[in-house]
Amino acid sequence: MEWVIVIAILVAIALFVIGIYNGLIGRRNRVDEALAQIEVQLKRRHDLIPNLVEAVKGYMGFEQKVLTAVTEARANAVAAGAKGVTAQAEAENMLTGTLRSLFAVVENYPELKANQNVLSLQEQLTTTENQISFSRQHYNATVLDYNNGIQTVPNNIFAGMFGFTRRDFFDAEPEAANVPKVDLSLS
Amino acid sequence: MAEQTFYAQQSANRRNSILLALVVVVLLAALGFAIGYALTGDPAGAAVTTGVAVLVGFLVSIGSYFGGDKLVLAASSAKPVDETTAPQLINVVREMTIAANVPMPKVYLIDDTAPNAFATGRDPKHASIAITTGLLQKLDREELQGVIGHELSHVRNLDIRFSLLVGVMVGSIALLSDFFLRFTFWGGGRGRSRDRDGGGGGLQVIMFVLAIVLAILAPIAARLVQLAVSRQREYLADASSVELTRNPSGLERALAKIATDQEVLEVANRATQHLYFTNPIKKFEDRSNSMFATHPAIVDRINRLRVLTGERPLDPGDVEALTGLT
Repeated sequence: MEWVIVIAILVAIALFVIGIYNGLIGRRNRVDEALAQIEVQLKRRHDLIPNLVEAVKGYMGFEQKVLTAVTEARANAVAAGAKGVTAQAEAENMLTGTLRSLFAVVENYPELKANQNVLSLQEQLTTTENQISFSRQHYNATVLDYNNGIQTVPNNIFAGMFGFTRRDFFDAEPEAANVPKVDLSLS
Repeated sequence: MAEQTFYAQQSANRRNSILLALVVVVLLAALGFAIGYALTGDPAGAAVTTGVAVLVGFLVSIGSYFGGDKLVLAASSAKPVDETTAPQLINVVREMTIAANVPMPKVYLIDDTAPNAFATGRDPKHASIAITTGLLQKLDREELQGVIGHELSHVRNLDIRFSLLVGVMVGSIALLSDFFLRFTFWGGGRGRSRDRDGGGGGLQVIMFVLAIVLAILAPIAARLVQLAVSRQREYLADASSVELTRNPSGLERALAKIATDQEVLEVANRATQHLYFTNPIKKFEDRSNSMFATHPAIVDRINRLRVLTGERPLDPGDVEALTGLT
């Protein structure tokens, strides 16, 4: 009779551990999916940029520097895709910086601001930037869920055993940490 | 009083709405038991009565569960839009679906200058969001995103399903009470214990009195609880919107603009008021501090958001000023 009880307990423990393992697999896969989704958004941005440069080139003859910077940064970002996550993140952040400069300059050209093509492209790029941000935000949410999953009791007992390791959050751009200096002097 | 993080606000709202729903379950069980016992003199009969009432309530609601969203959209003269007809709106919705990791809902526009919005659909795969042209014109991108985040969160938090479940129970309470009161007062009094075999006796008479009291009070109490649940879910949707946008001030400014707007939403009425972002029936919105409101007062919603960014709460009179702060 005791055999039955022992077997029942063993089965219960096995099911419990299986449950934990499957749960952790599910969470880790969500993290990987979220990472892949960021790639999708980044590629979309790469594809939009040549159209934007074409649309503004005619009006912004004097701003060659800015346009060249954008085109080069884009090429770097595409190439960095093959060089690993850190290199890619850096290249993408640089591209964001050049785009910001471009839009700041566009503000000075009234005909450009009113041009339907440019407006529509601007909206496209705005939404793409937002989509990249939200993808990263969602990625961080999945990482949080996964890290909580492997670090809380009782899961942490099994996590190491099965090879589940902590994942890193997506960091904000390095420049974001720099507070912009406001010059209020009367010169 | 409000919590400091949107996570904490969400937990509190979820917990409160579940507790409130349990109150309704208890009311239904008590009513069913009292009536069943009063009529049949034993607990088994009570269980049967309650079960039948819930079943009927459930069957009545099934139609609403599966077809309710089409009905509501048609009743509101909502027209579908896509990337070519409303590109910025579709983009804003898409950004929120990425943050929330849900499929794209169908998006509709209601041609009305009053700013408002609603969401229907039993789960994220079958969802629709409708906003008025007034909302689209009067809000900027950040404010629009806050509202869309709120509506998408209703879908994401399965609020439509939750409200339906609570509604089924409240409806069952109403059905049971109605049936019992009619039966007792117009049914010729055949349910009295003296006509039955032995059984209940004194206890049955007590149960009978209790059943009558409950039959009169329970429907009102259940309705009040249902409204309290509705208010909690609105706060939950606000906190969930902040989780998606990470930008409380966008939603705050949207609320302020809607609060100070005087336009009336033509297509809304009592049957659909609970679905909207803010109560479209102006005089109900003004009475929002009462227990009878489907939505919390706008100024309270704004103040809960202000707690998240550490700003001091507003008085109702200051809300107007917020709209100028874009």
